[in-house]
Amino acid sequence: MSFIRKPRIDLPNQRANAIGLLKQDYEGGMSTLCAGCGHDSITAAIVEAFWELSIPPEKVVKLSGIGCSSKTPAYFMSGAHGFNSVHGRMPSVATGAQAGNRELICIGVSGDGDSLSIGFGQFGHAVRRNLNMIYIIENNGVYGLTKGQFSAAADKGSKAKKGDINQWKNIDSVSTAISMGSSFVARSFSGDREQLVTLLKAGIMHPGCAIIDVVSPCVTFNNHPGSTKSYTYTRDHYHPASQTDFVPQANEIRASYAEGESIIVELHDGSKLLLKKTDSGYDATNRSSVMRYLEQQRARGEVVTGLLYINAELPEMHRIYRTSDTPMKDLEYEDLNPGSEELAKLQARMR
Amino acid sequence: MKPTNTNKPDYFHKVVDCQWACPAHTDVPEYIRKISQGNFTEAYIQNRESNVFPGILGRVCDRPCEPACRRGRTNEAPVAICRLKRVAADHRDEDISGLLPVIPKKKNGKKIALIGAGCASLTVANDLMPVGYECTIFEALAEPGGLMRTNIPSFRLPEKVLDEEIAYITDMGIDLRLNHPIKSMKGLLDEGYDAVFVGSGAPKGKELKIPGREEGSANIHIGISWLESVAFEHTESIGKRVLIIGVGNTAMDCCRTSLRLGAKDVKVMARKPRDFFKASDWELEDAEEENVEIIVNHSPKEFVIEDGRLVGMVFNQVEYDIEHGRIVNQLTTGEVMVPCDDVILALGQENAFPWIERDLGMEFDQWDVPVVDTTTFESTLPGVFFGGDAAFGPKNIIWAVEHGHQAAISIHRHCQGEDLNERLPVLMNLGSRKMGMHEWSFSNDFDPAARRKMEHVELSQRFKDLTTEVELGFTAEQTQREVERCLNCDIQTVFFASECIECDACLDICPTQCLTMTPNADRVDLIDSLKAPRRNHEQPLFVSEELKQTKRVMVKDENLCLHCSLCAERCPTAAWDMQKSLFNFPRAIDHAG
Repeated sequence: MSFIRKPRIDLPNQRANAIGLLKQDYEGGMSTLCAGCGHDSITAAIVEAFWELSIPPEKVVKLSGIGCSSKTPAYFMSGAHGFNSVHGRMPSVATGAQAGNRELICIGVSGDGDSLSIGFGQFGHAVRRNLNMIYIIENNGVYGLTKGQFSAAADKGSKAKKGDINQWKNIDSVSTAISMGSSFVARSFSGDREQLVTLLKAGIMHPGCAIIDVVSPCVTFNNHPGSTKSYTYTRDHYHPASQTDFVPQANEIRASYAEGESIIVELHDGSKLLLKKTDSGYDATNRSSVMRYLEQQRARGEVVTGLLYINAELPEMHRIYRTSDTPMKDLEYEDLNPGSEELAKLQARMR
Repeated sequence: MKPTNTNKPDYFHKVVDCQWACPAHTDVPEYIRKISQGNFTEAYIQNRESNVFPGILGRVCDRPCEPACRRGRTNEAPVAICRLKRVAADHRDEDISGLLPVIPKKKNGKKIALIGAGCASLTVANDLMPVGYECTIFEALAEPGGLMRTNIPSFRLPEKVLDEEIAYITDMGIDLRLNHPIKSMKGLLDEGYDAVFVGSGAPKGKELKIPGREEGSANIHIGISWLESVAFEHTESIGKRVLIIGVGNTAMDCCRTSLRLGAKDVKVMARKPRDFFKASDWELEDAEEENVEIIVNHSPKEFVIEDGRLVGMVFNQVEYDIEHGRIVNQLTTGEVMVPCDDVILALGQENAFPWIERDLGMEFDQWDVPVVDTTTFESTLPGVFFGGDAAFGPKNIIWAVEHGHQAAISIHRHCQGEDLNERLPVLMNLGSRKMGMHEWSFSNDFDPAARRKMEHVELSQRFKDLTTEVELGFTAEQTQREVERCLNCDIQTVFFASECIECDACLDICPTQCLTMTPNADRVDLIDSLKAPRRNHEQPLFVSEELKQTKRVMVKDENLCLHCSLCAERCPTAAWDMQKSLFNFPRAIDHAG
């Protein structure tokens, strides 16, 4: 880490986004993570995605649990709302925030420990309820904050810094999420900024729970030979399954693609996702073929990245519950609490 | 693109913008750092080694360093480099005799004649005396200093400062012959000197040949001659209403001097609009602070004489069409008579050499000035060298000093029978400034403070005499704040591609986005892919060797870097390091071995 804050410098000709904000306006406090941590890269990608989408920071709520990953919401968008919750309980708080104000854009930052060990149940239910949020798992395969023990995401056979070999099979967040009925699952790498920013933008605009598992090397405890979450290993086994373009609502799709080579997914606000296949026959909208493909690539030891599965039609939590279009926080007291007479009527209906 | 070769001293030297812009290559960041540590004497001596006259230049330098200052690229004013130099001079130890160059008792038997005791000749003597040469300086006036004494008024440059810094050189054992104008180059050459250096300046003020000039001559003065006559107290008063013609730095000195000799209403008459003024911005500001009126777009037409006495001047009022900063057309719209008692012409100056015989074998160019080599400063007559304004026309003190350094090297090589063009190269030394994990031996935190303002003597106190120095110098508090504004451009960001693990940490933390990691391409495409658009193509672009994992390259736009060292602090593998660059510019003594 560094001990001085990134200074705010007034440079001539700085580019502002559509709402007149500079990229600096989406930054946060000084990171206290180790120098070279993948998490800091993801933070920078989040800053870039929100800035490019011109989302006002005050329309965002940042949520996290415990861990190195869960510290990071402090390092972006100082102007956003935020809640740093109990270990593994971020999805509960996110559910509450979404229920209270459905207009907020919800970003949850979690880690492989926070989501796949202590918070595994919470993770599953956030996916199942299709909570309208972007759920980032900063995946480094170790418990960095407690000095580098294997996490549930560590691959079987991978080596710890001190030489121990991991004996357990890993929990794969991607295939878990798909099997639990997720509407949006992606994997990326902190070292591939371009892909990550696009996936973040797609995830932010996706109406439902967008799970993005990001391989994020821990430079201090898991970046050595024998690790399967290091910069070198990930780059050597890196395999993008599809290339995604995010096309905002206002823009036309300009490039032409040969039939069968790309899929266009339209999101609720009119923006589009353009999925260009890099592996022939890969169809991110077909769940069973995706599962088959992932299993096949896993056997080859590849780190498959990109937007792996999407179904923009699955209803998100508010639609399932048929809640009011007006955010709950904006409802009048009388509407929220219609009085004892109404309660009596309701109870009478159930007798 | 090919990986950038940073081993050539020029690459990192160019990054230190102030030092690159300074003709004498003063190591500005290093002396500012010494001031910040309270080592004023060391800062002074370090300055003296390159610019010879720190106390003088700390007041009156033309400061080519300041417009170049990196601080200026952040929508802020540059560091007050010049005035910090004065801080070093003001607070240094009284007695620095032990730190000045040692002059050998045993001479090398070579005798050098120097014409004019101005900054160029004094620098040559300063460089040659420590080598063992015997120097004789011939000065036409009664005191040494040249233009520094005659043309710069003492309310800007106190006599004490001037005397002291000139004495450091003249006390080296120079044979200084005052009141000794050289009337004939041939005569001087016949005296058998081993080399002759001409540092006689550009002593001829330009004339304005319009009607009435002859008749009004009693009240029409040539700027530089008039300033000289004021400096030697031959002129002690001037009329109430004074017009200054011309708007260069000499004009500024003339108008402010007039105010101190009794003038009440001083106008500077400029032919062109303000953007075309030759005077430095700060000199214009200082004059306007003293209520000097600067009138633009007035072109002199004639002097008005009544009863044999100057009563005013007629000007054409001119309008200009300006396109892209250039005048494309001009139109006279009327004329106006401006009453006055005296006129001072400050239209520029030229060098003139009536005392050099044209049959000596020295080649003169179409403007009747000697042809001088721009590297060796030798004329076409071997053994005769030129420097300062005498060489290439009017520049300023700091250029004359650099000419002096270079001419001294040439004179030494000439006297030793060596090739003048075989000069020693500039040397560079890089040393890490890392102290701990994330600790550097320099103050790297970016300080957003604005430039400190120089305090001036109250207007009511200023005009009592000619010698009250207007600028008060920086206070301790101002100094402390101003030194922190320096961005330490001499602490270079050095990149080791083999160490890089491509974690992007440096790219993300860089506050100016001057770093980009991208697949290598040709120059145009690479510039296109930069994260922050390239604004200044004069500044170097750094391209690393191929990175190990993705075969991309690290590209750095040196123009934008603020040397905050956050890239190096955030780098997990020390692929970035902060290293101090130290340049060694050879002087005559280095050539002497």
